[in-house]
Amino acid sequence: MSMITISPVILIIIKLISKGIRQINLDFFVSVAPNTLEAMTAIANGEIIPGGIVNGITGSLLMVILASVMAIPLGILVGIYLSENQDKFYANIIRNISEILQGAPSIVLGIISYLWIVINITKGFSAYAGSVSLAIMMLPLIIKSTEETLKMIPSTIKEAAMSLGVPYHKVIFKVLLPTGLSGLLAGILLAISRIIGETAPLMLTALGSSVINFDITKPTSAVPLLIWEFYNDPNLLDLVWSSSLFLMGIVLMLNILVKRIAKNRRI
Amino acid sequence: MNKNIINIDNSLVTIKDLSVSYEKDKYAVKNVSVGIKKNSITAIMGPSGCGKSTLLRAINRMHELYPNIKTLGKIYLNDEDISAIPSIKLRRKIGMIFQRPNPFPTMSIYDNVIAGYKLNGTRIKKSKKDEIVEKSLKDVVLWDEVKNSLYKRGTFLSGGQQQRLCVARALAFQSEIILMDEPTSALDPIATAKIEDLLVELKKKYTIILVTHNMSQAARISDYSMFMYLGELIEYGKTKELFTNPVNKKTEEYLTGKFG
Repeated sequence: MSMITISPVILIIIKLISKGIRQINLDFFVSVAPNTLEAMTAIANGEIIPGGIVNGITGSLLMVILASVMAIPLGILVGIYLSENQDKFYANIIRNISEILQGAPSIVLGIISYLWIVINITKGFSAYAGSVSLAIMMLPLIIKSTEETLKMIPSTIKEAAMSLGVPYHKVIFKVLLPTGLSGLLAGILLAISRIIGETAPLMLTALGSSVINFDITKPTSAVPLLIWEFYNDPNLLDLVWSSSLFLMGIVLMLNILVKRIAKNRRI
Repeated sequence: MNKNIINIDNSLVTIKDLSVSYEKDKYAVKNVSVGIKKNSITAIMGPSGCGKSTLLRAINRMHELYPNIKTLGKIYLNDEDISAIPSIKLRRKIGMIFQRPNPFPTMSIYDNVIAGYKLNGTRIKKSKKDEIVEKSLKDVVLWDEVKNSLYKRGTFLSGGQQQRLCVARALAFQSEIILMDEPTSALDPIATAKIEDLLVELKKKYTIILVTHNMSQAARISDYSMFMYLGELIEYGKTKELFTNPVNKKTEEYLTGKFG
């Protein structure tokens, strides 16, 4: 029974490795995506396609960092509020909104970010707009994991700090957060692994770029965007597999890291 | 109600007509007046839900952490009304020990002892810190067991050692009063005996108020005992007298195991 449930994952990984490993070399990590002509020539000569996905890697990195900077502090603060005020009226409203947000289709978040940022702020497709849509996706995940982590900390730890005359805000930031640190970290990494493969919201916001870009007001590429572009070009199909393998590898690694952290946690 | 208050003047902590309610018209503590003597162990006994923990927590205003709490009456610490002292300052003067040992899991043994200073952001010299840590751990007879592992986490210790560490954490602040909420209920008999010996030793320097479920513990170590029932203070007196010759019938029934 368990074999049946894990077989899709194993089949996917086997397929990705068998089709994608050929293209993974140093060039893959240091060069930008090739154009159709270069690829065509290479295929005609029976060589592997030159070029790589470095513009996508840097773009993904840029947008994930930006999204994290926006979503992590806010998410943790809201998570603290929810765990400290479990049955208050406003806490319940915020908790419900966060749950709805978690279920929102990612393309809708892309449209929202398009309306807010692309049209009004950066006046064009930009990395900033992409990261805003990703941040909105991260937010409910971080709120949830923070709330759940803090709820698991025994109330006696908090009482111990309060009984030493420690002010409330210091109890939270110096006792509760450090105690739940591994849980918070696991939640953050899971949220990152969730957004790193998102394509739909980036199509409407970051658009894509054929060069390495670190200007947050300019269009930027990302690994999942490149996969979409490669797919649309028959000459670049081989790169679809290698980029997917790369992305899958990153997500797997993040998940293993989360498992490690969760295993080591002790309260 | 038999108010048998022992000489309310000349006490370190004086409680006057204290009532505490969690819900409207439902009192967890009703009209309790009592004086607590310096350098003694005072035990608060009674069946579950009799308000003994609430009474204890009212002394360092920890009960205020519960929502919708309402407090009537006064508590004086050295003639000073505690409601006039900011709760943060008050709690620094009064240490508290809980049912389950609760050292901070992220901190070493050393940091746990000086956690009060560390968390409050009080800066002290390293030499002074070492001195406080050594003195506090010696006071709770834990120094010899942990002096070579001060920088290990406090949670590596056994339950009894953890509880003594928590006592050291409370002592490190130079508090004069220690409140204990069933401090041995989660410990085995040997660890319990060690804590009890420690309390008898500590009362030379500190005043201890001890909530306990365990009558024989109260009989063994306390100087004064209170018996509470349904929020009311039924009887208060010298432990020997209360156990051998209780005035109130309810107290007698409790002590002989008829209920509770």
